[in-house]
Amino acid sequence: MQNAKTYRISFVFLGIALVIALLLNIGSGSVNIPFPDVISILFGGNPEIDSWRYIVHDFRVPKALTSILVGGGLALSGLLMQTLFRNPLAGPFVLGISSGASLGAALLLMGTSLLTGLTSFSFLGDVSLALAASLGSFLVLLVVMIVAQRVKDTMALLIIGLMFGSITSAIVSVLAYFSSSEQLRRFIFWSFGSVSNLSFNQITLLAALVLIGIALSILSVKSLNALLLGENYAQSLGVSLQKSRMTLIIATGILAGGITAFAGPIAFVGLAVPHLTRQIFDTMEHKILIPAVLLYGAILMLLCDTIAQMPNSASVLPINSITSLVGAPVVIWLLVRKRKMMF
Amino acid sequence: MENQLQNILSVSELAIGYGTKKVAEHINFSLEPGVLCGVVGVNGVGKSTLLRTLAGFQPLLSGTIELKGQSIKQIATEKMAKELSVVLTESPASKNLTVEELIALGRQPYTNWLGTLTSEDKKQINESLDAFLLTNLRHKKCHELSDGQLQRVLIARAMAQDTPLILLDEPTTHLDLFHKVQILKMLRELAHNQQKTILFSTHEIELAIQLCDTMLILDGKSNPFDDPCQLIDQQHFNSLFPSEMVQFDPQTGTFKVNK
Repeated sequence: MQNAKTYRISFVFLGIALVIALLLNIGSGSVNIPFPDVISILFGGNPEIDSWRYIVHDFRVPKALTSILVGGGLALSGLLMQTLFRNPLAGPFVLGISSGASLGAALLLMGTSLLTGLTSFSFLGDVSLALAASLGSFLVLLVVMIVAQRVKDTMALLIIGLMFGSITSAIVSVLAYFSSSEQLRRFIFWSFGSVSNLSFNQITLLAALVLIGIALSILSVKSLNALLLGENYAQSLGVSLQKSRMTLIIATGILAGGITAFAGPIAFVGLAVPHLTRQIFDTMEHKILIPAVLLYGAILMLLCDTIAQMPNSASVLPINSITSLVGAPVVIWLLVRKRKMMF
Repeated sequence: MENQLQNILSVSELAIGYGTKKVAEHINFSLEPGVLCGVVGVNGVGKSTLLRTLAGFQPLLSGTIELKGQSIKQIATEKMAKELSVVLTESPASKNLTVEELIALGRQPYTNWLGTLTSEDKKQINESLDAFLLTNLRHKKCHELSDGQLQRVLIARAMAQDTPLILLDEPTTHLDLFHKVQILKMLRELAHNQQKTILFSTHEIELAIQLCDTMLILDGKSNPFDDPCQLIDQQHFNSLFPSEMVQFDPQTGTFKVNK
């Protein structure tokens, strides 16, 4: 396909944008720390006020790293789904991954009282929440994969994924109806999404999951490109449809499932970023698109998080709303401007 | 035996269809290198099903299909990609590809795990662009092309795949007469100059009679296969359509409407 050199300038541009977004993200927050101090703390200097170092090292840096992993990972899984389903509206959550995670979290937070009558669940920490969410998305994904082996039509698979989403959100509604306001509150806070409060161990695990997802995607570059022609053409080019479809579903499951488990359901990044990326990189070659969406997703997530934490104020907006507020108008703008959503 | 090995494609007593539903049976033919063969028949008689079965997209019901003497059931997908390429009626899923990118995908069976193009690949791509008069359009996106241009791109992609056998499902639909003739003449040149075996389905019976080396008529009964003149002599075209509607004129090789 086209020469990678053509896109070198765009990659340099995106790299610089990532560094700026990263510094902006670390440099702002509820506590106003002068920017030169932030830089010096990052490079091991000692700030005027000792607590600043803890804020930067233990709060802002992990949060920025999480944003990068979450944004890049979601954007990549969106790209994989759009190519697999050859549908510009596909995102990482079309297979019911997010609804599966919601179901897991809802069962843990609200189902316990329904099943056992227990009202106290103070023993439940964030770790068990992440575990329940990933179990939920993994279970839904497993069902989708079993279906995928039987259903030959990829579009049918897409609809089945959406139906699973409807079923699980209906169960979540039922659970919510029977739960106390305190339980409901906890569930709603989880569904807001959050990139903060992850320990370094959790970030390491998340990074490992994202890296596995990236590795699987890179191994699928050829079949992804062939799938741009359609499944029959891809098969005639020597692509094993079953195998590549499974690889892509597993990669998406690991990426979107893992991220949702740790950061909650984060909307629109996976859907919007691949389209935004194609505005800069006028190619369909996945060798170029994969690194590009990773960078673009990370930048967008850092910026959304910067907005969400509302610099110099104590309140934090739900990140899920910010990504939707940014993402949805972008998709509308693209449609109005280009009249047709190309993928 | 010698004759068997010479054939690129041999089909005997083939029955095709979906599950228990048989669409056509008793299909027998074989194709040598460098032969352009047209498959004709009324709508629904199984032309597309035959091509899909030959391409390995759906299983055959009974009979045998042999590629260079080997049953297609025994050929792995990756190896098949070097033996057989297809041009389908469906347009490419992404029309955001450029002409060159789309044709380059034809080289996938030969490239490494990342799909890096070697100089040999680029040579093949340029030859395909040249052969189908696409060099000026190479950087155009597929959604900017006319139907005729897009069809040429898809055939050029199959040529770039460099397989001894090329299957095309109705390559001339949606085209005007000029472009129909253009496409079919290009296919004929490709078959004769590069010794490719080309099998295509079409509704352009009159053009096929003029341009094809052999033809297969799917009539739901004996499915005759021969060169066009023989088929005319044996009056196989006469019974293709109800005679009260259209009649075949063997002198001119054309159909006349009964008013």
